Amino acid sequence: MVCVPRDSTALSVGADAVAAAIAAEAVRRGLPVEIKRTSSRGLFWLEPLVEVPTAAGAVGYGPVEPEEVPGLFEAGFLQGGRHSRSLGPVAQIPFLARQERLIFGRAGVTDPQSLAEYQAHGGLAGLRRALSMAPAAVVDEVHASGLRGRGGAAFPTGIKWRTVAGAQAPCKYVAVNADEGDSGTYSDRMVMEGDPFLLLEGMAIAAYATGASHGYIYVRSEYPHAVAALEAALATLRAAGWYGARVQGSDFSFDAEVRVGAGAYICGEETAMIESIEGKRGMIRYKPPLPALKGLFGMPTVVNNVVSLASVPAILDRGAQFYADYGMGRSRGTLPIQLAGNVKRAGLVEKAFGVTLRELIEDFGGGTRSGRPVRAVQVGGPLGAYFDASLLDLPLDYEALAQHKGMAGHGGIVVFDDTVDMAEQARYAMAFCAIESCGKCTPCRVGSTRGRELIERIVRGERPRENHAQLLKLCDVMENASLCALGGMAPWPVLSALKYFPEDFGLPSERQPAHVV
Amino acid sequence: MKDAVLPRPSRRRVEADHPPYDVTAVAAVLERWAGTPGNLLPVLHDVQAALGHVPPGCVAQIARALNRSRAEVHGVISFYHDFRRQPAGRHVLKVCQAESCQATGGRALTARLEQLLGCGLGETSADGAVTLEAVYCLGNCACSPAMMLDGRLFGRVTEAAAERLLAEARQDA
Ligand SMILES: Cc1cc2nc3c(=O)[nH]c(=O)nc-3n(C[C@H](O)[C@H](O)[C@H](O)COP(=O)(O)O)c2cc1C
Ligand code: SF4
Ligand code: FES
Repeated sequence: MVCVPRDSTALSVGADAVAAAIAAEAVRRGLPVEIKRTSSRGLFWLEPLVEVPTAAGAVGYGPVEPEEVPGLFEAGFLQGGRHSRSLGPVAQIPFLARQERLIFGRAGVTDPQSLAEYQAHGGLAGLRRALSMAPAAVVDEVHASGLRGRGGAAFPTGIKWRTVAGAQAPCKYVAVNADEGDSGTYSDRMVMEGDPFLLLEGMAIAAYATGASHGYIYVRSEYPHAVAALEAALATLRAAGWYGARVQGSDFSFDAEVRVGAGAYICGEETAMIESIEGKRGMIRYKPPLPALKGLFGMPTVVNNVVSLASVPAILDRGAQFYADYGMGRSRGTLPIQLAGNVKRAGLVEKAFGVTLRELIEDFGGGTRSGRPVRAVQVGGPLGAYFDASLLDLPLDYEALAQHKGMAGHGGIVVFDDTVDMAEQARYAMAFCAIESCGKCTPCRVGSTRGRELIERIVRGERPRENHAQLLKLCDVMENASLCALGGMAPWPVLSALKYFPEDFGLPSERQPAHVV
Repeated sequence: MKDAVLPRPSRRRVEADHPPYDVTAVAAVLERWAGTPGNLLPVLHDVQAALGHVPPGCVAQIARALNRSRAEVHGVISFYHDFRRQPAGRHVLKVCQAESCQATGGRALTARLEQLLGCGLGETSADGAVTLEAVYCLGNCACSPAMMLDGRLFGRVTEAAAERLLAEARQDA
């Protein structure tokens, strides 16, 4: 058997062509070869990564070009033979061996649409155990695990569930936030495409714990493969009696549907997402009322990120303490970190909280893809601060990053080499905010455009001192007077770029060069 | 008194101003989603899938069917970047403008595509073959720079590879 991923990143670099070449070459040689399409391990710099199961575990070859396929047969890859693309046993590749995969354990191993394989690899054990418990006990278990939302705001999941569970209403909902708008992130996509049953299992547990009867999964339109994978997996679970009326013969009934976004970053914010599911413009709602009390169609609604819910089955299956044993401080469990941008080994690193940026970028990532020095790192998506090389020893931890006006967000890390123009990055941050602003409040709607203009003026050398002062004032207003975090945090990348890289704006340096500090 | 001098377009005139569109196709979409709560986005997606864009003329038809005002339906269409009010070229190329792709040559790639197509982001090449659109992250950041041609995702896109793909796309009519 030969395994070839069908994850969309693998497809984007030719996985289908490689699978077709393997099939064609097998026919030409008269060899019976079964090709299994798996999810991706998340070792994306090696994609298309072809694996062959052997007695000593799966051995890998990658990145494979279709033209190299005859050579692989020549080298006897079907028996694990050596080839210039050989990677050896995949489980021993350091990038993978050093991870702690509680969520992504099946990544690259199973066929995402096989419920039998899902169960053979531990799937549904969490939901089974949940259904044997009282709903309140399920909430307690999730609370005790210390799980905090992975969508960006890091709110304790157990507390949110308790609020919804305690609300009295004719109907409650679970709404999965699968909008994954942050640039540099793809872990939600990997779950949905590569292990859709996991998300659906977590969603069903959330519904059982809170008394919800219907769910929505709001997937961004940029993810067509995820939409298809979820719809197919939902149909499979319904047919097997895990979704729909009276789940596994119990009194618990729950079903869900997939909704597709329409290209609006702001619809990742939970109240805008709710508006969008209701068929409206994605405008932010004032809080309170909290969505947990008055959310979708005015009913109590659990809104959780994909990775938050994908973390839940392991917590139920293996217990809160098992999960809480990972991590540091108030950041418990594991975080799927997504290495992106100019990094040599880009891919998914699931690690307990506490791993440092340096370990991630240097040890896992291998430095820049271009081979030039790392100059700036953006953590936590387009609203995340830019850090310079002096801050790489920061641990990934919600509180530690917050101390430096940064955030772990959804776990995306984008690396830039020394060719980056940080004034241009700052200008982009404001321009992006202007494009994606919902328009409800002035600091964001108007401020973002003003901010972009001020940066352009500073860069052109027009009264830089005055415009710089004006920009700082504007950022202060945006941070403090915006209704939501789009306008409230868009200044972060700008202010951090100004602080660490003033020379790119033609401004005098406020401090010593990075390496001296 | 003042009201009398302001021109008040009748409802019929507003509708007649719009180019004709496939009313039956839109009716079929509305039928499919009838009764589903919050069905406006799915309806608009399906209309665009069937007709290539959301023709301005269908706003009134959708509004009537969903019991919403035309202003509301129009507001939704204009809010979301995905919905197109004019037909696109034969192919749609979305090129990522976000940070991971910026860090790996995405700006140069975009500039090259604009040059090859002779049009900017949000425009269609003069031969009507390709509409070039900005997109903010395709979730393909581990293989940046990324772009999507007619729904098909491409990663680690070099300028040469983009040129090849465009040449192919412009050939088939
Ligand atoms: C501008 C903006 C964009 C957001 N985008 C996302 C997103 O794409 N995905 C997500 O899960 N949460 C996003 N959030 C956070 C959500 O509002 C919300 O906190 C989250 O979905 C709650 O789920 P969690 O507790 O499981 O993280 C965004 C927030 C803001 C302010
Ligand atoms: S900060 Fe921006 S996106 Fe958020 S509510 Fe205000 S205008 Fe809308
Ligand atoms: S930033 Fe371009 S694909 Fe994510």
